[in-house]
Amino acid sequence: MSVPLTEARGDARAPRKAYRSPDEAILGGVAAGLAEHLGLPVLWVRVGFMALAVMGGFGVAFYAGLWMVLPSQRHFDDQAPGLAAAERQGKRPGRIRRLSDLGPLVATGAIALGVAVLFALVTGQGGLFWPVVLLVAGVALLWRQADEAQRERWLDSSGRINVVRSIVGVGGAASYLRLLLGGFLVVAAITLFSLASGDWAAARNVALAAILCFVGLGFIVGPWLFRLSSDLGEERAERIRSQERADVAAHLHDSVLQTLALIQKSAQDPATVARLARAQERDLRSWLFDSSGGDPTTFAAALRSIAGEVDDTYGVPVEVVCVGDPSVSEQLRPIVLATREAVVNAARHSGAGKVDVYAEAAPTGVEVFVRDRGAGFDPDAVAEDRHGVRDSIVERMRRHGGSAEIRSRPGEGTEVRLSQPLGSEQG
Amino acid sequence: MSTRHTVVIVDDHAMFRAGVRAELGDSVEVLAEAADVDEAVTAVLAHQPDVVLLDVHLPGGGGGEVIRRTHAKAGAVKFLALSVSDAAEDVIGTIRAGARGYVTKTITGTELIDAIGRVAAGDAVFSPRLAGFVLDAFAGTIEVAAVDEDLDRLTEREREVMRLIARGYSYKEVAAELFISIKTVETHMGSVLRKLQLSSRHELTRWASERRLL
Repeated sequence: MSVPLTEARGDARAPRKAYRSPDEAILGGVAAGLAEHLGLPVLWVRVGFMALAVMGGFGVAFYAGLWMVLPSQRHFDDQAPGLAAAERQGKRPGRIRRLSDLGPLVATGAIALGVAVLFALVTGQGGLFWPVVLLVAGVALLWRQADEAQRERWLDSSGRINVVRSIVGVGGAASYLRLLLGGFLVVAAITLFSLASGDWAAARNVALAAILCFVGLGFIVGPWLFRLSSDLGEERAERIRSQERADVAAHLHDSVLQTLALIQKSAQDPATVARLARAQERDLRSWLFDSSGGDPTTFAAALRSIAGEVDDTYGVPVEVVCVGDPSVSEQLRPIVLATREAVVNAARHSGAGKVDVYAEAAPTGVEVFVRDRGAGFDPDAVAEDRHGVRDSIVERMRRHGGSAEIRSRPGEGTEVRLSQPLGSEQG
Repeated sequence: MSTRHTVVIVDDHAMFRAGVRAELGDSVEVLAEAADVDEAVTAVLAHQPDVVLLDVHLPGGGGGEVIRRTHAKAGAVKFLALSVSDAAEDVIGTIRAGARGYVTKTITGTELIDAIGRVAAGDAVFSPRLAGFVLDAFAGTIEVAAVDEDLDRLTEREREVMRLIARGYSYKEVAAELFISIKTVETHMGSVLRKLQLSSRHELTRWASERRLL
């Protein structure tokens, strides 16, 4: 098991907040979000809500309350710019809803309805039952649409707020259908309720009144909403545009153009050109795609920066693969330094075209393998007065309670295996 | 290689497509190029190539979408993910959609040709980076949707093979290190790939019932 990335990155002092997680939602994502917050299996939370719902509808009210209050999780806030851009342009796989995903919803709904009907039959409160069911279904549909619209607003790259789109999103027919059906269900619930208590004419009047109420609300709030949103939208769009321009310009100016200039100057020297291109690629890649936010205190980042340095100095590409990513503590410092020494040795002496570094971090210890396919040497034949390998790698690891093992044969390359156990008794 | 494999190149950067085409030269036959998901689906269905070189980030829903949409009508076509993106979720996602391997765009021409041959023959292609991602995914560091932890866990042997690949060993070196045949290494890689790809609950159920686990 390795250390979870997200926990290492988050600020430990900030209070944990609960979110709804619409990505795992069956209805509004409340249960999934709550389960994540409480550290419980989602199923338990869902069953709990259903049990509460059967007991006089408290679960439904509780769910609805949380749906209103909890903010929806924005999980692409801390994304690297390249990934965020790819997402906005639809180049990354999005959330895909298949028909089979609806299975649990249908099953849950059927069970809940059955239990509720049974409850109504047993207690004999038939009059109020159907209107309430319709009302809940209608409101759930409308809120669901509000969620979808909100999601699309986040993903919207134009940065403008459009009133129609802020309500229906770009979901097309499904959005309108959801809105219409939701509204219809609410009106039907009201009508049914009044029908149960009075005669048909009264019910019709109430239904008409409900519809008129909807339309009137639209007329009253609509223009105000429109003006507010267009002001907001313009301001936001302008701010986003200027920030983006500044970011991109600064970065391109600083690094890419410089490198291009250098490449033009040393166009006669293929090795230099390749090295410059690699260094620039590494830089851009980490800027665009590294979602660890360029935090230099993690183990993987430390190894990558070693790789970068060695590549710059010796012109040998170093490929780093890291599994698990703890932050660099005092305990890990020796293994990072020993890794550096091993990589430098490989780059300097082996003559190999590339060096592979593989690191695996587990709670019990960290292992690093540095491998090249270069000249190799006979470890037993290294002269006593040569300090590089013995002092800086083997001895260093041993002093700190770790170990180093060097496997090499002339002509077959070298592999250095470093391991550092992590325990409380180690200093 | 005895026969030339047929290839379709899918990438939204025209310059990169041209570069790959030039690098592959005469070793493979490039049937078509495509720049987004729709074009790619059309090209794959029309040409039915041996191998599709597929960019992970692609306009129209990403590389995985191409695989999903062509899967039913072009079952024999193999996909090799080729990307500059280092986002583990995206790479693993493409593999889970059905790609047989993943290599980075900095791969040399000969290595790429070799990888195409391997994928065409039905084997998996794991670069050290992908092996690292896989180990991370099964350790739970990367979030992969709907992995059933009990069924999808790697065996100790598979983990060893993955670790050696991640350390930069070739298949041959892995076999020598573990005292097993290259064929066995390939079998392990295949089963790791399969475990990654059991995506939906249905497939998981089918997989389990075939082995009488249910």
